[in-house]
Amino acid sequence: MNAIWAIASTEFRRMFVSPLAWSILAVVQFILAWIFLLGLQEYLTQIQPMSTGMEDPPGVSDLVVSALYLWAGIIMLAVMPLMTMRQFAEERMNQTLALLTSSPLSSTQIVLGKYFGLLLFVLLMIGLLSLMPLSLALGTQLDWGMLAAAVVGLTLLLASFAAAGLFLSALARQPVIAAVTTFGLLLFLVILYISGSSQAAGSEVFVYLSHFGHFLSFLEGMFDSSDLVYYLLFIGGFLILTIRKLDNDRLQG
Amino acid sequence: MTDNQDVLVAATGLSRYYSEHCAVDRLDVQLHKGEVLGLLGPNGAGKSTTMQMLTGNLAPTAGEIRIRGIDLLDEPRKAKQQIGYLPEQPPVYRDLTVGEYLYYCARLRNVPAAQRKDAVERASERCGLKDVGKRLIGNLSKGYRQRVGIAQAILHNPAVVILDEPTVGLDPIQIREIRRLIRELGREHGIILSTHILPEVQAVCDRVQILNRGKTVFNDTLQGVESLEQVFFDLIFRESDEALSGEEAA
Repeated sequence: MNAIWAIASTEFRRMFVSPLAWSILAVVQFILAWIFLLGLQEYLTQIQPMSTGMEDPPGVSDLVVSALYLWAGIIMLAVMPLMTMRQFAEERMNQTLALLTSSPLSSTQIVLGKYFGLLLFVLLMIGLLSLMPLSLALGTQLDWGMLAAAVVGLTLLLASFAAAGLFLSALARQPVIAAVTTFGLLLFLVILYISGSSQAAGSEVFVYLSHFGHFLSFLEGMFDSSDLVYYLLFIGGFLILTIRKLDNDRLQG
Repeated sequence: MTDNQDVLVAATGLSRYYSEHCAVDRLDVQLHKGEVLGLLGPNGAGKSTTMQMLTGNLAPTAGEIRIRGIDLLDEPRKAKQQIGYLPEQPPVYRDLTVGEYLYYCARLRNVPAAQRKDAVERASERCGLKDVGKRLIGNLSKGYRQRVGIAQAILHNPAVVILDEPTVGLDPIQIREIRRLIRELGREHGIILSTHILPEVQAVCDRVQILNRGKTVFNDTLQGVESLEQVFFDLIFRESDEALSGEEAA
């Protein structure tokens, strides 16, 4: 456990001694802030005046907050591969992986350490972006349950991105290859959702397989334990594959 | 085995195949306490592969490795605790400072929290890194990076130190310092080092093992050897002559 924490905290630190993490946080925050303001303005000028006579009008949480988290999920499709590509592919290219593999550590400890380092980054990013909807609480009533579901959903979604990216990074020898394949896989799962929910050839199986399908029900404020189980299986599966891959490296060389 | 405590590394029948290609062929390596063993050989003789196997970075196709009696394949974590390894490329993170990096290594090697600072200081002192502790590794010269690599290998006070070409890229003064350091370490630890430089072997090693095409062709102390260079060339060329005549006969 100590070793896992040592790796996780050092990985997290190393993200921030290079400009990569800072610039990613800044760019993502800027774009999401723009989206947030846009949604808020639209709500104030168009939806709110219309909703005065309605029985159960949509609140700001329904429209602005879930849109923000949906966009965050979409943007991270492209951003998460940049964070995960460094993990093993870059170490392999710089030949620094030997430090971990010749230390008294098991592959499980190495993989979990790297993964928790990524999760710290994910939590930081979600924390920063959640400040925006939280700022609304100063002036209005928020639907806290809905916000909490959105936060949990996005955390699980990004955690699944991180696990998939970590595995593809362990397969690749070059960071760029890791990033491209991770992006491809994540996008493919979104396409699965789109094709699954299309009018012509929709299929429940495709929607179920896609990580995005499970994310959307969180955004509607629904916490379904089967969605949670899907993400846990997804994450666990990729982490086990990564551990197997590292073990196999010693055999193959 | 009666002298179990004295034998630090006992590898028997090590073989390693890369698909069809045989890199190391039924090799035996023994290392005793207080001994500096030099692995010599032409390029591609299997030195680095042997070292990777001895440090648990590569599983041997066949054979057994025991580090102080602990089986490296059965109990890798326990065995690796006894090993310090400097690969051909020092595995340093260029974006950390020397101090941060060594401290991280100490945590990875299970050095207790209270002793980490001492361990880092002692290793920096020994490798002459006192003045660069706060500098980024990426900004250091290759020689200093090499020293950082050696420092991480001896940080946790391992019984066995395995160094893959430790003096590559160093200036003559640093080479002399590193050789002195190796001899000094050799008194308390067992050291295996690989090199291309024959005078280096004569300067620091107690025993030499010469490899050619994955096999041991010479394994003896340096006493009575007048010119290692002569021995080396004799062995390597005789091998290739034999191989040639063997092919011709066939």
